[in-house]
Amino acid sequence: MPTKIEKDAFSGRDTTGHEWDGLKELNTPLPKWWLWTFITTAVWAVIFCIFYPSVPGIHGYFKGVLGYSTRATVTADVAALAAQRSQVLDKIKDVPIAKVRQDPNLMAVANTAGRIAFANNCQPCHGAGGEGRPGYPALAADRWIWGGKLEDIQQTITYGIRSGHPEARQSQMLRFGVDGILKPEEIASVADFVSTLYGKAKPSPASAKGAAIFAENCVACHGDNGEGKREVGGPPLKGAVHLYGDTREAIIAQVTNPRMGVMPNWNARLDAATIKSLALYVHALGGGEN
Amino acid sequence: MFIRHETIEKNAILMLVLTLITISIGGIVEIIPNFTIETTIEPVKGVRPYSPLELMGRNIYIREGCYLCHSQQIRALKDEVERYGHYSLAAESQYDHPFQWGSKRIGPDLARVGGKYSNDWHYAHLIHPQALVPESLMPRYAFLAETPLETKILDKHLKANRTVGVPYTDEDIANAKKDLEAQANPEADTDFEATLKRYPKAIQVPGKPGEPTELDALVAYLQVLGTMADFSSVTPEQLNR
Repeated sequence: MPTKIEKDAFSGRDTTGHEWDGLKELNTPLPKWWLWTFITTAVWAVIFCIFYPSVPGIHGYFKGVLGYSTRATVTADVAALAAQRSQVLDKIKDVPIAKVRQDPNLMAVANTAGRIAFANNCQPCHGAGGEGRPGYPALAADRWIWGGKLEDIQQTITYGIRSGHPEARQSQMLRFGVDGILKPEEIASVADFVSTLYGKAKPSPASAKGAAIFAENCVACHGDNGEGKREVGGPPLKGAVHLYGDTREAIIAQVTNPRMGVMPNWNARLDAATIKSLALYVHALGGGEN
Repeated sequence: MFIRHETIEKNAILMLVLTLITISIGGIVEIIPNFTIETTIEPVKGVRPYSPLELMGRNIYIREGCYLCHSQQIRALKDEVERYGHYSLAAESQYDHPFQWGSKRIGPDLARVGGKYSNDWHYAHLIHPQALVPESLMPRYAFLAETPLETKILDKHLKANRTVGVPYTDEDIANAKKDLEAQANPEADTDFEATLKRYPKAIQVPGKPGEPTELDALVAYLQVLGTMADFSSVTPEQLNR
């Protein structure tokens, strides 16, 4: 094939010198700026491989002249953060929780730490403002199942409820319907009675029958008048905790085959100072007791 | 300075040789590290293959495309470790085929979601996320609660995983169905102790006896995420490699 490089009259460039059936091709090399950018990145890659962890070998890999490690860096970062916070957080951890509340400086930190931990960990169940959800108690109201004092809240957060932790708060409602302890019509009259406790229904002959059954089966945990018993975690029925609904049907369902919620033990995830801060934060949401 | 491209283009042998060299470099860079892959897995204890129910849940996780919105990798960055816990280790996804690291966080990272919420919460949340988290934009997965879990080829799922390197034993495969039923139904007269021995830290979910749903499997899978690795078995120095 003859090679005759010519200048193309139109573009002023050289041709490749080939000719295919009368067609000629312009010789268009890569633009210089592109070529040099490419060469620079290649050189940069080599420099990077010298300074940073890169080439794999038989027993591990080349660790780089700088000895940089992402994991070592994050470990150091987290340690530095902990050291920076420890000044205040250690105090929160060591001082009794009631004392923290009296110290405005500590309380300011505890409130912030608590607010952040709450948003990350508690909000999905209890709601952004601790307003509660069906099945998950309100924390901003003064209706407590296990107690609303600072220490009570701290205890609940630390060990959880039915979490499987040996120190967890533990209560179990009997399956009155499923296990045949009460007959369906007895459960219905208990529901009629319970409805009168919070004004959902007026006392009636049915509720009077329910009251007797209630006195026999329910008072041990829910209190003589349905006011609840915190030491055994029996929810108050008188006001309105009613985690699983306050309609007659909901009460019948709950007595027949009770649902019982689980709260994780947060000591597996959060440190003591954070849990304390959370307790203080929750206490201040509106329902805290003294 | 450079070989002119005409020189290469006009000489078939030279072009062949140079092509071969270029492809070889690419090949070596991609293939050689696989021979030393074991050296990249940390010596952390506790990571085990998924229990049959968890494995089925994982399949549903993949089928529903959960990875499109949820990542499963806590990066080694201060703020991530602060929020989600210990950064993820390679060892923690060594039995994932394919891994579910994901690349997008429209929802939160799930690498350590196991045990963070109760079973009840997961059921309620998957059925209707907005009932619990009003600002959530997650779709509802209520249909999973009504879809029976397909377990006809359960043992084949385990075998397939074994083919790609997950150390399921013959005993695991033989007991797959039993293990699945025991984990999906705490009420039944099943031997969950034996299942726990094979799959420590497995969480029982409250399924209906004899008819596990896809939701049961998914919750069992979510509840084990990130809980296997025993971080007391490694020092930070061993991890800071």
